Amino acid sequence: MEAVNFLDLNATTVFLLFLVGFIGGMVSGFIGSGGAFVLTPAMMSLGAPAVIAVASNMAHKFPKALVASIKRNKYGQVDIKLGLIMGIFAEIGVFVGKEFMTNIRNNFGDTGTDLYVSVVFIVVLALVGGYVLRDAFRCKREGGDVEGAEHITPRLAKWVQSINIPGTMMRFHSIGGKRVSVLFIAPLGFATGLLAASIAVGGFIGVPAMMYVLGVPALMASATELVVAFVMGMGGSLFYAWEGFVDIRLAMIILAGSLFGVQIGAIGTTYVRDYTVKMIMGMIMIIVLFSRLFEMPVYLSDLDLISTISEGTSSLLSNISFGTLALALLSGAFAILAALLKGIKQHKKQQADAEYAASVAES
Amino acid sequence: MTKPADKPAPGRKMFSTATLFTILYGCLSLGLYILLFVFNDEIRHMAEATSRGDKTLFFIPIIIALVFSLVHGAFTGYFWEALGLKAKKK
Repeated sequence: MEAVNFLDLNATTVFLLFLVGFIGGMVSGFIGSGGAFVLTPAMMSLGAPAVIAVASNMAHKFPKALVASIKRNKYGQVDIKLGLIMGIFAEIGVFVGKEFMTNIRNNFGDTGTDLYVSVVFIVVLALVGGYVLRDAFRCKREGGDVEGAEHITPRLAKWVQSINIPGTMMRFHSIGGKRVSVLFIAPLGFATGLLAASIAVGGFIGVPAMMYVLGVPALMASATELVVAFVMGMGGSLFYAWEGFVDIRLAMIILAGSLFGVQIGAIGTTYVRDYTVKMIMGMIMIIVLFSRLFEMPVYLSDLDLISTISEGTSSLLSNISFGTLALALLSGAFAILAALLKGIKQHKKQQADAEYAASVAES
Repeated sequence: MTKPADKPAPGRKMFSTATLFTILYGCLSLGLYILLFVFNDEIRHMAEATSRGDKTLFFIPIIIALVFSLVHGAFTGYFWEALGLKAKKK
């Protein structure tokens, strides 16, 4: 077996990893996933081999998900039972996904897997991202900006909650104590794991699936996804650690930054309404979609499916694609910070008004 | 008349609980990261040994990840709280 090729750490590398970790952590603490789609390529461009980058990324993701889920559980946003059940099925999805990726790689090489990953990204992000964003605007229009506005259960979720399959029903507090069949949760968990194994961001399907198929409010879905990510990440990390691929120094440096970010992201969720989570998630998904679109011609050309494009054009497209990914993460982080600051300001104003009203009433 | 700023009011602590915990967990977290850099080579060799087939210590990275997440997670949580960034109470 080839020797494990770990990165030599210097001040610049440490700083960059810390910074990307911080921004990724903020997005992750807020929408339940994120960061991985920039971190893995970032580690690879710093010189880490792909397998070390993927393994180390996973080893930083599961402790991050653990910290974020503990934090958000304190705010009453986590459905641990649902997260654990989905996590177990997601784990199965991860292993099937890995096998599937290996088969594609054996038959079509690295470009084959790249093309497969990009197509999955584009299809999932266009369908789910578009739907989440449309729903976010609809929620905002229909009174989502009113304090204490009630969560509206989507039509599909109402149907799922009405189906009774004896012996498979479980009660979940995230959907108001209603019961849902495990047979509906299993494919959702499996798909989340499958996607996580292919594009490293299972939350892009897990969170919307919980929201629209099971009827979990967006804030709770994004928090519960962190439990799913923890179960999935822990399993995956053990698998990679068994092979000796985890560069724990690298993972812990990213974790150093990402835990600072995770705390801000999690605190941010307590100041925003449900539709804000949907809007930021939808926005990130659509920007990531464009990033993958820029890479498509490169893969198609490598596989001789279109006429060959020059090396210069190909490297330009790859750079634009990576830049767009970074833009997705940065704009997500800015949107979260803006929502947090706006929320704090409003909250302080409400408190001051309430105190003033109380003092007037007393006198 | 107001009290001098450098003297805490009677019954008030000089440092808040969040600040004390930030300092405590901050020191612990810093200690862990120092150890990580001191044992940089050993960690590398351990991964290489696991990769070559000696699986005795394969779980060490997972233990390291869990310990760091709990200590550094507590530190970062108290850090923002000490700076005044707190969750909204519903």
